[in-house]
Amino acid sequence: MKDSSLLTKEYRTIEYVSGPLIFVSGVLGASYGEIVKITLKDGEVRTGQVLDISEEHAVVQVYEGTRGIDLVGTTARFIGEPARITVSKDMLGRIFTGVGTPRDGGPEIIPEAVLDIAGEPINPSARDKPADFIQTGMSAIDGLNTLVRGQKLPIFSGSGLPASKLAAQIARQAKVRGEGEEFAVVFVAMGITHKEASFFMQDFERTGALDRVVFFMNLADDPTVERLAAPRCGLTVAEHLAFAHDLHVLVILTDMINYCEALREISTAREEVPGRRGYPGYMYTDLASIYERAGRLKGKKGSITQIPILTMPDDDITHPVPDLTGYITEGQIVLSRDIFRRGGDPPVDALPCLSRLMNLGIGPGKTREDHRGVADQLYASYAYGRDLRRLVAIVGEEALTDLDRKYLKFADAFERQFITQGDEDRAIETTFGIAWDLFSTLPVDELKRIKREHIAKYHPAAQETAAQQEKSEGS
Amino acid sequence: MKSGTISRISGPVIVAKGMKGSKMYDVVKVGAEALRGEIIRLEGDEAVIQVYEDTTGLTLGEAVENTETPLSVELGPGLLSSIYDGVQRPLPVLKEMSGDFIGRGITAPGLDRKKKWEFSPSVKKGDKLGPGDIIGTVKEFQFEHHILVPPKVAGTVTEIRSGSFTVEEIVCVLDNATKLSMMHTWPVRIPRPHTKKLDPLLPLITGQRVFDCMFPVTKGGTAMIPGGFGTGKTVSEQTLAKWSDTQVVVYIGCGERGNEMTDVLEEFPELVDPRTKLPLIERTILIANTSNMPVAAREASIYTGITIAEYFRDMGYDVALLADSTSRWGEALREVSGRLEEMPGEEGYPAYLATRLSAFYERAGRVICLGSREGTERTGSVTVVGAVSPPGGDFSEPITQNTLRVVGTFWALDTNLAYRRHFPSVNWIKSYSLYLDCIAEWYDKSIAHDWREIREKAMYLLQKEVELQEIVQLVGPDALPDSEKAILEVTRMIREDFLQQSAYSDTDSFCPVEKQYMMLKVIMTYYEQVNLAMNRGVSLRQVQALPLRATIGRMKEAADAEAVRKMIDEVTAAVTRLEVER
Repeated sequence: MKDSSLLTKEYRTIEYVSGPLIFVSGVLGASYGEIVKITLKDGEVRTGQVLDISEEHAVVQVYEGTRGIDLVGTTARFIGEPARITVSKDMLGRIFTGVGTPRDGGPEIIPEAVLDIAGEPINPSARDKPADFIQTGMSAIDGLNTLVRGQKLPIFSGSGLPASKLAAQIARQAKVRGEGEEFAVVFVAMGITHKEASFFMQDFERTGALDRVVFFMNLADDPTVERLAAPRCGLTVAEHLAFAHDLHVLVILTDMINYCEALREISTAREEVPGRRGYPGYMYTDLASIYERAGRLKGKKGSITQIPILTMPDDDITHPVPDLTGYITEGQIVLSRDIFRRGGDPPVDALPCLSRLMNLGIGPGKTREDHRGVADQLYASYAYGRDLRRLVAIVGEEALTDLDRKYLKFADAFERQFITQGDEDRAIETTFGIAWDLFSTLPVDELKRIKREHIAKYHPAAQETAAQQEKSEGS
Repeated sequence: MKSGTISRISGPVIVAKGMKGSKMYDVVKVGAEALRGEIIRLEGDEAVIQVYEDTTGLTLGEAVENTETPLSVELGPGLLSSIYDGVQRPLPVLKEMSGDFIGRGITAPGLDRKKKWEFSPSVKKGDKLGPGDIIGTVKEFQFEHHILVPPKVAGTVTEIRSGSFTVEEIVCVLDNATKLSMMHTWPVRIPRPHTKKLDPLLPLITGQRVFDCMFPVTKGGTAMIPGGFGTGKTVSEQTLAKWSDTQVVVYIGCGERGNEMTDVLEEFPELVDPRTKLPLIERTILIANTSNMPVAAREASIYTGITIAEYFRDMGYDVALLADSTSRWGEALREVSGRLEEMPGEEGYPAYLATRLSAFYERAGRVICLGSREGTERTGSVTVVGAVSPPGGDFSEPITQNTLRVVGTFWALDTNLAYRRHFPSVNWIKSYSLYLDCIAEWYDKSIAHDWREIREKAMYLLQKEVELQEIVQLVGPDALPDSEKAILEVTRMIREDFLQQSAYSDTDSFCPVEKQYMMLKVIMTYYEQVNLAMNRGVSLRQVQALPLRATIGRMKEAADAEAVRKMIDEVTAAVTRLEVER
């Protein structure tokens, strides 16, 4: 964040300290949202932001935490500016803290612009419709829940599930076919462990993408409140890269649950009325101010695609954080412990997954004409097969009809062959090929979701079956 | 103008002192940038104000100026096909003023001041006019936009003009020196007056089978669509916006996604109204206050929307108001209430949540419009359909429960149905409509005598299916007798071949009511015939061997009701022909 020291109003009137907040009294002319420099007795300087001002006092949240702040010797200087960050294309390949200061020992950034990290809402009428199919090489995403440029598609994970591996694989393989356009990745780590962070770092290094990535690192032992600034800094840089430099930016935010914990901490310290599970009532609006910073603009080449990762506490998708996220983002990819145990790699549970923008990116000219039908049919058949598993657990497989046994096998094969793919990078055609192979294990009459002409064109045994049908109808 | 100074800032809420004499809900201009806000509480000489824009950068002591007018919208030609934010700022104009991102402190009038409209008067000098009377008409696209005498205004015409005018130019002068232009303003929080409220007796035709046939809503009725994320609330709202048989649609994106509004903006100009063959955008007004736009403006957005809807109702039109999502509106209310440090009610929502919700939904209705001139009596309606986003998909939360108390139709979206891509994912067991009796007469006359009977039978079977499924879970499907297996087969048809309807299909996204009825009739005929055959001793297996399932599965793609009707005979003939196996 930019440090401007032109305005020097220094206050020694810190009245009390509560958690990450300090209350400074008698402040004149402070503005809402402005940055505060807090100088400790030993000369250490910390950064804070004004959350509330009244005639009695200004409430300041301190990004680096309040440890060591005392009521006598610490001074607060109000800068007169909101939180800003210097941005530049040179940030690619560099590592920053959650508030945007270099942490890789490299030189300071020479600014191309200094921008407010809160950003401004995109005018809905300036938005361009997302339309470009991104091939991630993952069947579970490309085939069933297609990602398009400008979308925000989170990964809902559980503790111990390989969400990072999936995100890294997407970052590695994602491409818009037939284009060699420039891309960049903005990686924002919020409260993740050093090990997780270095996993991403190594993966980017291995694929030679390291100099296309801007890192914002707030690790588990870094100050909590800094997590509130990290995604905003990251997205401000992403907006600059996308709309000033025409890059296609993929933003990975991990882990959103830590962000929300920080939000809750601040809210509790301010003694606000808590909403569900102690999270503040405005969490939806706050999360939206992050997630909505994805998209495309009319007349601009670049785009911002977001993949936030969040760990669902106790695998509970109704927990406030995944719940509110799901209401804002355009779909979700859900990982499941059950599928993980069955050996799914990635362990994607297809049923609760969704991509709301899928229809914009698929179909003739983009993927293939049968894409919608194939996806719907896979869903319907797999869901039915999953239901049968429950039934089998009670009555045994013998009690099923022949058809139901086929569905049961279909569901197993779907998880083993379609979802599971390991490190393979699958072209969309390969994904379709696997889907049609799976369909060939079911009677053609059962494929109600696919148009007949597509069955005739793509079904491996279509001709044969058609001939048989004619015969039986004739008799 | 009265003015005071800022004494506290907390997010979207500020406190100003020196505001004595201000009224509740007065609009104020805050600070040097003149951010617009609204007074929501008065205490001594202090006023609590919710600000419609981001308050970052405001300082204590900045001026607050009271405009002494309540938050109002501009009503007149130019509304159709517009896209506004929550306080009626036209977004395309803002884009020209401040670029791709919405800057602060900028404003623009809701109606274009420069555009000229061709006004043709329908009154003459000496005519006596009362509130709500039509003085003339403007053609907005192909739409007849009536120019109304504003409520509370009356007099005798002393001058009336004809020709091309802007919305501000005077077109009519009354004997009490009242000058009327083509636009007037109306405060959003006050319902526009009407002569009389009528019972809603006509169905709102949506072209969606599960809505029209199973759980209908009426013109002037209210409906809610609650559902967890991904259950298709937005798609349902958009489908209604596309296919409802109303002349005007007001679509409020209240605290939802920006990309969704873009979708509507780009799709609607290309889509054609199946009845008038005109582009859908020409009958649509969009209010977009996306989730990252200021929260106080989100609170105002549904009032802005419904006031515009009432204005078109007053011309004698049927209007559909679609609000996606009212939960976000409730959350805005909660956020502001929290900043006011009010005593929280359930789940932190303010205690007045229920009052506000019911007051909003009661603004729906079919009415005899204001206006006393002979020959211009007219009825209009506003139908309100609100999406609700219950946290965790749990319907016991306050917004869902409070809304349920005031709406007539309940379309419960079901996460499990959505998971298996059964769309619209309306749960047929939980949903209900209180309007079945109201519209029975219309269906009786316009569609068929036995519509209600067939619907009830189908609903009975679906209910029965739930019971049977429980048994199947315990003992397996083979244990059921043929008669009950037949029920399972038929309900599967009802679910897959009738209730499921793809919003993205070319042939099936809109299904005329006549065809809907025929489709259900085919399935029920099949059930009847199967039962008759089984009574004769024919086995269910024999019936199932017939290719009828495929025939019925093709109904959706059938061209019209007549093509489906032929299937009734086909089904009857095929089953009747079966002979008992020896």
